[in-house]
Amino acid sequence: MSEPTVPLAHQFEEPAQQQEAATLGMWIFLATEVLLFGGLFLAYIVYRDQAPQAFAAASGKTMLVAGTINTAVLLVSSYFVANAVHLTTLGRRKVVVVLLLAAVLLAAVFLVIKGFEYHHKIEEGLFPGMNFHFPGGQARGAQMFFVLYFTMTGLHALHVAVGAAILAVCAGKVLLSPDPARLATMVDVSGLYWHFVDIVWVFLFPLFYLISHRS
Amino acid sequence: MNPTKQNAWTLLVLFVLLAGTVGVAYVDLGRWNTVIAMLISVMKAALIVLVFMKLRHSGRLVALAFFAGLFWLAILISLTLGDFFSRS
Repeated sequence: MSEPTVPLAHQFEEPAQQQEAATLGMWIFLATEVLLFGGLFLAYIVYRDQAPQAFAAASGKTMLVAGTINTAVLLVSSYFVANAVHLTTLGRRKVVVVLLLAAVLLAAVFLVIKGFEYHHKIEEGLFPGMNFHFPGGQARGAQMFFVLYFTMTGLHALHVAVGAAILAVCAGKVLLSPDPARLATMVDVSGLYWHFVDIVWVFLFPLFYLISHRS
Repeated sequence: MNPTKQNAWTLLVLFVLLAGTVGVAYVDLGRWNTVIAMLISVMKAALIVLVFMKLRHSGRLVALAFFAGLFWLAILISLTLGDFFSRS
């Protein structure tokens, strides 16, 4: 629609090429992120294989309701961002700003719930280290579960915080831009990062919260 | 169908899958619990990648970057597990 108004960097021949280069760059970065988290998922597989009962018992200590709400929160935030990306190309400033800020708010909700869970775990003596205690003779395996739990959800929470900051910057720029459609590529690429963060959680959730059957 | 409608349907399906994965956790299926949970996660991830991240509308180069990521992840996991699970 307003493609001709997008400023073209001198190394590109046309806006479409510029747009694809940006998208490709983000996907390549996300591939490296897949491998960053992949190494941790691999550690999870290896240690869970060594202590399946302890992992199941430790998983029973996670808060299923909090985890489920957080999954829903991230899915909705991804939906908002997907819509924001589309509406930016149409130059719909107000709606885009509202959607992006709503996503940032949901990210904050996610982090608050996560912080609440962490606090509860630490109070219960489930943070790995000197004060770790786990009844039932499976303390070793359970401690490994919580090492992975804090490392993986912690790294993910860091990504949530960074993603929220990026979305907030996008919202500010869209709000102040004379022509929001120009920012389509920026919002698009930021959205890709946000969706990736959502996908990581989609795998973390069942692996930490849903191992042992609950009844 | 316009993109916002597609996104709404996708979100709906994602919620159904979330309900499914939590529901299945209450049924004891032994090893299959994990298998089913992972299958549902893969379905959710596929929806997010194809619709929200618009991979189905992206060029081949972007698809290549995506599959390269998965390919290297497969190497990482298969070679490491091949070692761990074959030790005696």
